[in-house]
Amino acid sequence: MEYIVLSVIIFCIGVAGILLRRNLIIILMSVELMLSASNISFVAFSKMHGNLDGQAVVLLLYVLAACEAAVGLAIIVGLFRLKGSVDIQLFRDLKK
Amino acid sequence: MIFYLIAFGIVVTAILTIASRNSVVSALWLVACLFAQAILMVTLEAHLVAAMQVLLYAGAIMVLILFVIMLLNLTPKELKWKFIAGERLILGSGVIYLAGVMGLALWIIYKKGASFVPAAGGGTAGTVEAVGKLLLTKYALPFELVSVTLLVAIVGAILTGRGK
Repeated sequence: MEYIVLSVIIFCIGVAGILLRRNLIIILMSVELMLSASNISFVAFSKMHGNLDGQAVVLLLYVLAACEAAVGLAIIVGLFRLKGSVDIQLFRDLKK
Repeated sequence: MIFYLIAFGIVVTAILTIASRNSVVSALWLVACLFAQAILMVTLEAHLVAAMQVLLYAGAIMVLILFVIMLLNLTPKELKWKFIAGERLILGSGVIYLAGVMGLALWIIYKKGASFVPAAGGGTAGTVEAVGKLLLTKYALPFELVSVTLLVAIVGAILTGRGK
């Protein structure tokens, strides 16, 4: 139970980071935080059920986190080239 | 008891990650948070996962993020505290949101008590042999699919980051 509560707390901190901050890099790091929160609950479930399936899934999730970081950072670099800033308030071209 | 110590460390470093003004400081706090999570996984006997957490997450991914932060070379003006809308409103609602989450979590723990019961009979030690065998037998298809995803992500990152 405590592990799931801890996982929820970290996930919610990540959500708060996404909703509150305007720096794109910190938003990406908040997404990483949310992904890592799921890892904790996977490992805790693995321990709770007495098999190793959860830990195997966590190893697959690391690869997905790496993919997400690589693509996300490429997008951030592209946006920085476009506007010269990583402030998300500047990226409102679709609103015009 | 040791769980609460580690959990406190994880939560504090996670909050500092999203609250730091400077992205580099924020990234270093995130490294600390992921490292504390690795310690938590050691206490859950997930040894391979803990090692991979340090090597892949706190190592490779965070180096990538720090590298991009250095590459972007933000000016001091960029590093100012910035919120989506009105500062007071956002800061207030953020504090209320986090306090609500924490309060709810503490209330659940207080109400339900510590009911985390590990399965009897052991066999959950995440050694390289056990997890590796599972990964190449039962999870062989997801393992291959995730490698395809990685390939697609590499191609996508190169195409996106190449510029004109």
